[in-house]
Amino acid sequence: MTQENRISGGQIDRARTLRFSFDGHQYEGHPGDTLASALLANGVRLMGRSFKYHRPRGVISAGSEEPNALVELRAGARREPNTRATVVELFDGLSAESQNRWPTLAFDAMAINDRLSPFFAAGFYYKTFMWPRAFWEKLYEPIIRRAAGLGSLSKLDDPDDYDKGFLHCDLLIIGAGPAGLMAALTAGRAGARVILADEDFRMGGRLNAETYEVDGRSGADWALKALAELRSLPSVRLMPRTTILGAMDHGIYTALERVSDHLPAPLPGKPRQILWRIYSRRAILAGGATERPIAFENNDRPGILLAGSLRAYANRWGAAVGKRAAVFTNNDDGLRTAADLAAKGIETRVIDARKGEEVIDTSGRLGLKSVTIRTPNGTETFRCDALGVSGGWNPNVNITSHHRSRPVWDEAICAFVPGADGPPGLSSAGAAAGRLSTHGALESGAAEAEAALADLGLAAPARDLPVAEDAPIAITPKWYVSAGKGRAWIDQQNDVTVKDVKLAHQENYVSVEHLKRYTTLGMATDQGKTGNVLGLAVMAELTGRSIPQTGTTIYRPPYTPVAMGALAGRSRGQEFKPTRLTPSHKWATEQGAVFVEVGQWLRAQWLPRTGETHWRESVDREVLATRKSVGICDVTTLGKIDIQGTDAGAFLNKVYANTFSTLAVGKCRYGLMLREDGMVFDDGTTARLGDHEYVMTTTTANAVGVFRHLEFVRQCLCPDMDVQLISTTEAWAQYSVAGPNARKLLQKLVDQDISDAALPYMGCAEITLGGLRARIFRISFSGELAYEIAVPTRYGDALIRALVAAGEEFDAVVYGTEALGVMRVEKGHVAGNELNGQSSALNMGLGKMVSQKKDSIGMVLSQREGMTTANGYRLVGIKPVNPAEKLTAGSHFLEKGAAEVAANDLGWITSTVHSPHLGHAIALGYLKGGDSRKGQRLRAANLLAKTEVEVEIVSPHFFDPEGERLRG
Amino acid sequence: MADLMLAPLTPLGHALPEQRNIGPVTLTEVIDSALGSLTARAGRLAELAERAAAAGLPLPAPGQSAEAAPYGAFWLAPESWMVEAPFASHEDIRAHLVAIFGDAASITEQTDAWVRFDVTGADLPRLFERLSNVDLARAPDHAATRTVIDHIGCYLVKRGPTRISLFGPRSSAPSLWHALETAARAAF
Repeated sequence: MTQENRISGGQIDRARTLRFSFDGHQYEGHPGDTLASALLANGVRLMGRSFKYHRPRGVISAGSEEPNALVELRAGARREPNTRATVVELFDGLSAESQNRWPTLAFDAMAINDRLSPFFAAGFYYKTFMWPRAFWEKLYEPIIRRAAGLGSLSKLDDPDDYDKGFLHCDLLIIGAGPAGLMAALTAGRAGARVILADEDFRMGGRLNAETYEVDGRSGADWALKALAELRSLPSVRLMPRTTILGAMDHGIYTALERVSDHLPAPLPGKPRQILWRIYSRRAILAGGATERPIAFENNDRPGILLAGSLRAYANRWGAAVGKRAAVFTNNDDGLRTAADLAAKGIETRVIDARKGEEVIDTSGRLGLKSVTIRTPNGTETFRCDALGVSGGWNPNVNITSHHRSRPVWDEAICAFVPGADGPPGLSSAGAAAGRLSTHGALESGAAEAEAALADLGLAAPARDLPVAEDAPIAITPKWYVSAGKGRAWIDQQNDVTVKDVKLAHQENYVSVEHLKRYTTLGMATDQGKTGNVLGLAVMAELTGRSIPQTGTTIYRPPYTPVAMGALAGRSRGQEFKPTRLTPSHKWATEQGAVFVEVGQWLRAQWLPRTGETHWRESVDREVLATRKSVGICDVTTLGKIDIQGTDAGAFLNKVYANTFSTLAVGKCRYGLMLREDGMVFDDGTTARLGDHEYVMTTTTANAVGVFRHLEFVRQCLCPDMDVQLISTTEAWAQYSVAGPNARKLLQKLVDQDISDAALPYMGCAEITLGGLRARIFRISFSGELAYEIAVPTRYGDALIRALVAAGEEFDAVVYGTEALGVMRVEKGHVAGNELNGQSSALNMGLGKMVSQKKDSIGMVLSQREGMTTANGYRLVGIKPVNPAEKLTAGSHFLEKGAAEVAANDLGWITSTVHSPHLGHAIALGYLKGGDSRKGQRLRAANLLAKTEVEVEIVSPHFFDPEGERLRG
Repeated sequence: MADLMLAPLTPLGHALPEQRNIGPVTLTEVIDSALGSLTARAGRLAELAERAAAAGLPLPAPGQSAEAAPYGAFWLAPESWMVEAPFASHEDIRAHLVAIFGDAASITEQTDAWVRFDVTGADLPRLFERLSNVDLARAPDHAATRTVIDHIGCYLVKRGPTRISLFGPRSSAPSLWHALETAARAAF
């Protein structure tokens, strides 16, 4: 294909040709092109269909503000919808498809919406879909959801990686146009640590798009020279392809660097994009300005562009939009477009609003063919295939609004400029600050950098300002052309017209916030970068107020759209969060263990043996073998907190509801920890290893929370206590060895005597295993004779293997968390399901543990009214009346015949397991007045699972209620 | 004594420590260092400092680390340090420290609570800017700080411009190693 509209000049590498496709057609372009510039060079003006009316649309801008030219870029899993063709850097093999059309871009059946437009005016949804109410969920919402959106997702996993990172600088400069470059030169020469970021792949901003000179050379050449100097400064970091998305607190800015988007695919190991968090001491917004259109009838045809963009395509990319051009402007900047196009040999006609000239209509269904103008001399229609429109320039104040600063109206340039109360440490320079001339940009860039350097305590170098044009833009406001009955478009992305704004006004949606929501002005991917101020100005005219009186919406981050993948970074799939591996993990993996995530821990849930096809077979075997002989379980995940100090005992008295100061050295005690509100927080055993030394265990889930709580108590509630804390969870590999043969097994490994006399129930000791330092605790969660044995973690793998080998003669098993759960329910021990944050010690049947003889956290409030009612929830055991029936956790208790409503709710099942000893399901639960209901029969109904079982209320201690086995 | 010989595993789960070269950096799993936490008992800081000085054990200021023989240390919290010593001679580091400090300090063995990865090579800030919010380029030598890397709480000790020691929770050693490898491949 020939590049029929490729003209001379531009910063493209004509020596190399890149091939790409759009809607299946093959085209050629050059390095330096964007997808939009290459399509224009190939004579393609039609690039998309509008959101609501499916109007044929072309590109209107040359930057990230583009509302129309949205495409689906790439194919397969890398397909990305709603990509702005104006910022897509061309690469060889690029493929893009138009979107929001069927069957083709040129013939879109959905364009029927355009014919029906009188029915689809602003507020159409709110008026139409209100009635009948029942239709909303079944009919209206599904239809709207199908019709909504532009591009479509691939629905495949994103194959690329995204990094996150952190950068630090003295001065962040946002935008590398003349103001940004001058600021960077000033600060960089002073030795400041500078980051200069620009969303474009070619730094230089408007200097690349203009023909005027800077210091006697072209603006683009001056930019290259400035960039070369900046590259030579070691304290300056240049970040092209990097968009500053938002101003956060404390001088932190988020930035998205597109590392690989200009390549067919990221290089191996490299991310597609990086989301940076930039910590800056000072920042300068030099993000330039965005041109705004003038609204007139049929101003949305492909071939009608912003005037500055029309000349940018000609000057930077050597791409003409058409052969015969016109410019409709209300300011002198528009005249530059006419002059530059004429210099390129393109005949260009000027329609100057300041002279009473205006465009009143256009023709050309799929692309501009003619323009009708009205002048003081009458109306005239002439052939034209490229029309540049300039209604003035809006400084890109967006980032200054991120802390809710409102921009202020500058009458001289008829635009909003940054307000004075922007993010601390951020100033503005160049066009972003309303300094629209090149000299103004260079001068303000230098001045703001000098001010920042003064703040930073650095000496600014002597000012060396290049010579550049300083022409005023000489603007006379012109917002829209009132002639004609057709539609004049304000926000092309959302199909908002002047009429829509008038309708909003008629219906009294005159606040800018209401205007936005009623008409959808300024929504979606472009966030109103070209349409917002225009819409506001139209509303101001309608209400007879000034623009400042009408107000403005402010901007939120992100400045431009961000892929969800970039926000997720590496935290997805298997790497969503780090894992914590137990000391026996390697051994358990070799055994084919099934793992369960508990917080970040991977714990063996059960360890299937050959021939076992159902998890219950494995779990039942593990439980039965443990109770019959001996079982081993990795309990390293339980939190371990080393507590030392002369006040350690008093500290434990404070944090535990029961007494610990009386615990003898060499003994363990079960402890119950309450929150300040009297509810149970956590439980576990604490061992006293020395006069002033304890080790506390917590539940796995609450290990971090308990440590944080203890630190709060130590630092804030009891700062005078002599107590020191540190976590040792990771330092020790700890195994439970439980069952009638536990002692026999362990005695084979332990160097010391661990007979009942030497180490009675609830005893603990520092021991050795073949000379290796270790700890032993005689505690039991399973209800069996049980010990927990701990060695430094590096020996954990060897110890599990040693325990298994030593246990062979006893048919020892290693059991997982499921078997652990079965045994604890059989014993009536509470765990996570019962420690639900809403339950008191009294609810759990542990009310007597809350000592009244000392002060402890939660003690007072655990006694408050409502917490001690006789008919409150109590922990009970539950079994099905018919042993063949299963129980479901979450089932609620109801009296026979009672309706299934909340008022009749008596409580619920918290945990349920199959007890292999009893041969049927058993459960724990909370039941109102449960302690006086033993023997009663109730219904356990689960409306979600649609189950109902008749149950009998029993003691929660299903197995060995007297505890004879654990003392054995 | 039971006839038992338990063989240790490294935090990454092997008999020997791992080492990997990626671009200009080398990642090394370090296992020859013993760790113990040292915290002054209430009102005993002066005594602790005297005893430390007598033993040649440095007590660096907040945000710093110090190396001496046989002991090095980095600051953890007010009146609290992590003491480092050669594993071969100080496997039972707590006993060594108790001998120095008596009851003036609370001392807890921390050797196996942590995995230590040393990262050496040129241009380490380029790697760590993808991992941590620490301003490594501006951090002085011997800086020590707590930081978060890929959701994992770590201590970072800058031994010098080309050497960093990273201490992460031992149970997450493979996750932390993976984060370092991935970032190094992306950065270089």
